[in-house]
Amino acid sequence: MSNEKKTKKPSRLSKNTLKTAKRLLKYVTETYKLRFVLVFVCILISSVASISVSLSLKYMLDDFIIPLIGQESPDFTRFYQALAVLGCVFLMGVLSTFIYTRMMVYIGQGVLKRVRDDMFEHMQTLPIRYFDQNTNGSIMSLYTNDTDTLRQMISQSIPQALMSFFTIIVTFIAMLVLSPLLTLLAVAVIGILILVTKAIGGNSGKYFVRQQVALADVTGFVEERMNGQRVVKVFNHERKSEEEFDALNEALFESAANANKYANIMGPVIGNIGNLQFVLTAVLGGTLSVMGVGGITLGVMASYLQFTKSFTQPFMQVAQQFNSIVMALAGAERIFALIDETPEADEGTVTLVNATKDDNGILHECKERTGIWAWKQTASDGTASYTELTGDVRFKDVTFGYNPDKIILKDISLFAKPGQKLAFVGSTGAGKTTITNLINRFYDIQNGEIRYDGIDITKIKKDDLRRSLGIVLQDTHLFTGTIKDNIRYGNLDATDEQIYNAAKLAHADQFINMLPHGYDTLLSGDGEELSQGQRQLISIARAAVADPPVLILDEATSSIDTRTESIVQKGMDNLMKGRTVFVIAHRLSTIRNSNAIIVLDHGQIIERGDHEDLIAQKGTYYQLYTGKLELS
Amino acid sequence: MNKTLLKSVREYKKQSFLTPFFVILEVFMEVLIPLEMAKIIDVGIANGNLNYIIQRGIILVAMAMLALFFGVTAGNMAAVAAAGYSKNLRHDIFYKIQQFSFKNIDHFSTSGLVTRMTTDITNVQMAYMMSIRLLARAPIMIILSWVMTLVLNKTVAMLFLIVIPLLGGTLIFIAKKAHPHFIKVFDEYDVLNNSVQENVNASRVVKAFVREDYEIDKFHIISKYVYSLFTKAEKIVAWNSPVMQFTMYVVILVIVAIGGNSIVTGTMQTGELTSIIVYSLQILMSLMMVTFVFVMIMIAEASTDRIAEVLNEEPEMQDSDDAVKDVANGEIIFDHVNFSYAGKDGTLSLKDVCLHIQSGQTIGIIGGTGSAKSTLVQLIPRLYDVTGGAVKVGGVDVRNYNLEALRDQVSMVLQKNVLFSGTIYENIRWGNESATDEEVQNVCKLAQADGFVQEFPNGYNTQIVQGGNNVSGGQKQRLCIARALLKKPKILILDDSTSAVDTKTDALIRKAFREEIPDTTKIIIAQRVSSIEDADQIIVLDDGKITGIGTSKELLKTNEIYREVYESQVKGGAENE
Repeated sequence: MSNEKKTKKPSRLSKNTLKTAKRLLKYVTETYKLRFVLVFVCILISSVASISVSLSLKYMLDDFIIPLIGQESPDFTRFYQALAVLGCVFLMGVLSTFIYTRMMVYIGQGVLKRVRDDMFEHMQTLPIRYFDQNTNGSIMSLYTNDTDTLRQMISQSIPQALMSFFTIIVTFIAMLVLSPLLTLLAVAVIGILILVTKAIGGNSGKYFVRQQVALADVTGFVEERMNGQRVVKVFNHERKSEEEFDALNEALFESAANANKYANIMGPVIGNIGNLQFVLTAVLGGTLSVMGVGGITLGVMASYLQFTKSFTQPFMQVAQQFNSIVMALAGAERIFALIDETPEADEGTVTLVNATKDDNGILHECKERTGIWAWKQTASDGTASYTELTGDVRFKDVTFGYNPDKIILKDISLFAKPGQKLAFVGSTGAGKTTITNLINRFYDIQNGEIRYDGIDITKIKKDDLRRSLGIVLQDTHLFTGTIKDNIRYGNLDATDEQIYNAAKLAHADQFINMLPHGYDTLLSGDGEELSQGQRQLISIARAAVADPPVLILDEATSSIDTRTESIVQKGMDNLMKGRTVFVIAHRLSTIRNSNAIIVLDHGQIIERGDHEDLIAQKGTYYQLYTGKLELS
Repeated sequence: MNKTLLKSVREYKKQSFLTPFFVILEVFMEVLIPLEMAKIIDVGIANGNLNYIIQRGIILVAMAMLALFFGVTAGNMAAVAAAGYSKNLRHDIFYKIQQFSFKNIDHFSTSGLVTRMTTDITNVQMAYMMSIRLLARAPIMIILSWVMTLVLNKTVAMLFLIVIPLLGGTLIFIAKKAHPHFIKVFDEYDVLNNSVQENVNASRVVKAFVREDYEIDKFHIISKYVYSLFTKAEKIVAWNSPVMQFTMYVVILVIVAIGGNSIVTGTMQTGELTSIIVYSLQILMSLMMVTFVFVMIMIAEASTDRIAEVLNEEPEMQDSDDAVKDVANGEIIFDHVNFSYAGKDGTLSLKDVCLHIQSGQTIGIIGGTGSAKSTLVQLIPRLYDVTGGAVKVGGVDVRNYNLEALRDQVSMVLQKNVLFSGTIYENIRWGNESATDEEVQNVCKLAQADGFVQEFPNGYNTQIVQGGNNVSGGQKQRLCIARALLKKPKILILDDSTSAVDTKTDALIRKAFREEIPDTTKIIIAQRVSSIEDADQIIVLDDGKITGIGTSKELLKTNEIYREVYESQVKGGAENE
């Protein structure tokens, strides 16, 4: 198999970032248009309310308090009225905050759910090649790390940034109204703040990206070593592993420490720039007001300085969100890359239907399972024609390579007649598994043609093609769930009775019944608790319950002892009587009774015939078959 | 935080203690700075005293510089302390796992260990950084700010004595209420990730059975459940901001009301009023921070527990000081061995096994699926300890050996074998790091791997990808055998290691064994009779018991199981001759 690993390192911030941000925003607005508008409005109200704290203080003091100073019996009514108005504004603010935080929960989680669902749905449409080219770890990290940072950003950073943005604008306007002259100074400070934020944030962002890379390296290493920990032990490789780990760990420490350093100093730096601005404003404003320039009164100064104090805070908040936004966008970019991945092409139109045959041998489509299947071809005028599924598979001059420049199969022509058992023999890497991968179109051929009951397989809808083929793969994979669930995977409508029968046929019934919970035994982690042989038996039962028209067995019994194997084999032969079966096996005893044996070498067919023929030929098969006798 | 975990702080203790110290200094500055500001407004601006403004301004700048210095130092140190702490934790976990025996490893799943070393440690690192930065800052800030308000206005200060516990209590109540929901979320999150993982691993199975839609439906159910749990949990947390704001606004209104009165009666300056508001906001913000840290620690608690679980796991096998370092020869004795994976009271996988294997012999082991073949051989390099009886290698009980010395001499090719990412050279050199290229090529020739390796465009420098999936099953097995051979062991164990290798190559490998390493004891587990037929002794296992020992000829006469297996495989071939 050509699994070219492309370790997907977190991509750096690129021009695409803006595109990604836009697309993400579209995700949010598309799903929750109204609510998002509502959130927008609520955040606006909420930030106005919070700014009104400092905004109103000046008017409170100037208009309602100061005039009362020195009065004999001051009348506080108007002051309290103003206070009540302020209270109402505050109340609106609190309500808005309540509404938007709550809305954001739904929006954030809803968008995440959609992202996850879209990812998963799309992933299921991707060709096998995608899984060959991407490590499991990197695909998994899309669902974990990248989605997590996205959640952070949507539910925290976006509202926070919006809030800060509004605050800055409102504060700025207020300052502008109070004193356009002093605001020039503020603009200068904003300039500096932006520069500083960019410098520090840039550095911190750089290290955060590096940290993600280092983290991915550590994860990859740990994952690999934990999987192979038993080998590590057997080879006394603990020290060496530790050394290698330490190097990666140190790199992670470096980037993590630096990233957090820059992130941590952002606060004090911006805060103290604010303090300096305060002093500058006080000195400048004081000078101006003493000199009476620019219409700056002492009262204006006092409240202006209040704003100055609260002016830098929103910048700080934006700066703090900066990193999580950078990381989330990098993650979103990777997520969108998956969603944009080209799905498995399927131009097929021919479908597989259950059928009945009338006395004249004419096929009729029907719903229920009859044991007769037919390929349904619909002509352009809408009339359907039926071809019986007989399991006639023919390769004509098929050429294929996982990479176009590295040909695995060369000009392969072969045929399996209906009801035949066809075996592939050959040394490892000869291309046996590849052939079966082509029949079910896990991969598409580069040249030549494969016909199934006379129909070019590219014309058959992939789902229907695969439904017609039962496969037991070389690597068994089981799913979390009971043993019963796992067997039922082959046929979701199977009754318990059918499952027990399939298990009996696969000779799995015996050991399953020995388990404490029998068929309800819960499997997890790919059925780790079972032996390799037992897992193979279950996966055979899974294929048996599907009761497919055509069956492919790829080293299906390699870990099963030969006694059990011969029992399983008899069962499968009975099940598949009259149907086409493809078998790949190293143990030649498994395939001796095949109708045709095809010997492959380096992607080419070198011999074909039944067991007797091939033995008589005294060629490679004969060598293989009798090899042990010759050499002993 | 957990005691076990805190041991890992080590060389970062200095930073861990200095961070709060600098944070406290920074807080002092932050509390003093508004005071200076108030003076500038109340005295300087109010009286139009420019000199005073400049004077105070200089002091303020100096204080700002100090604050900056303290803040940056604290920030730097916190970053180093937390990153360093998490580095040490990762180091400790990894080193701990290296000490684990097979039994220890069985306790933990691979994905569980990986999560501990990544997500869990990241959580702890964040919580640690928050703790050393904010746990010092927030309380000090609250106290200092409160003292300042007390100086400025007693009534307001008293008000806070009610507000602080009330708000703090509410926020913590919210956090506590949300906590179990988050635990549930994370559990369900695991389920979701697991489902993705399975689909990625088994993409071929899903496609072969055309179960894409079925899997999507399954996924939708989980993802919907995660959504509902998450929204439920976050909805509770979403109370934080409005509660906080509500309190803040009420406090401000009250302060303005009190302040307005005081200003009119002349007991308070306008500047003082704004200062009180500033301090009040600082108190409330700090409270918010405390609860924030509280939540972080609560979330990290699950992580710390999981990490501590690994760190506290007792390595089952430890070398004693007087451990034997030399393995005399490849003789193996099983003396009434009982074994159970579950320990003393578990069901026995091996029952009263007695064996004597002479140094240099070739031993074949055969038996049905689940007959405990692998279990038997795993006892020889002491991957597991016997439950009863003893296993002796070179005349010495394996438990008395230095583990490294024993395993250097007992080389085993595991049934579920793995190659690691790296070149073929690097992979084979696992057997012996200092081996020359020739030595590597030599063992590859013995294992019949040299041929196909040479055919690769990059030969021995071909990169093996993670999981070793860019070589076929049979090629992988041969590389694993070569790796084991490079150790030049006294005992070589092959646990069904040629199952994917064709018979001819299999025979060539055994021929090479016979000719090139005649003094090494070879134990071969196989399903194929041909793989073991020519062994000096064949052991037939059934259900954890030895049912027969002898040569193929002897067993054909005496052992029914062997005869059946033999006939099913060999007789057919013979007929066709």
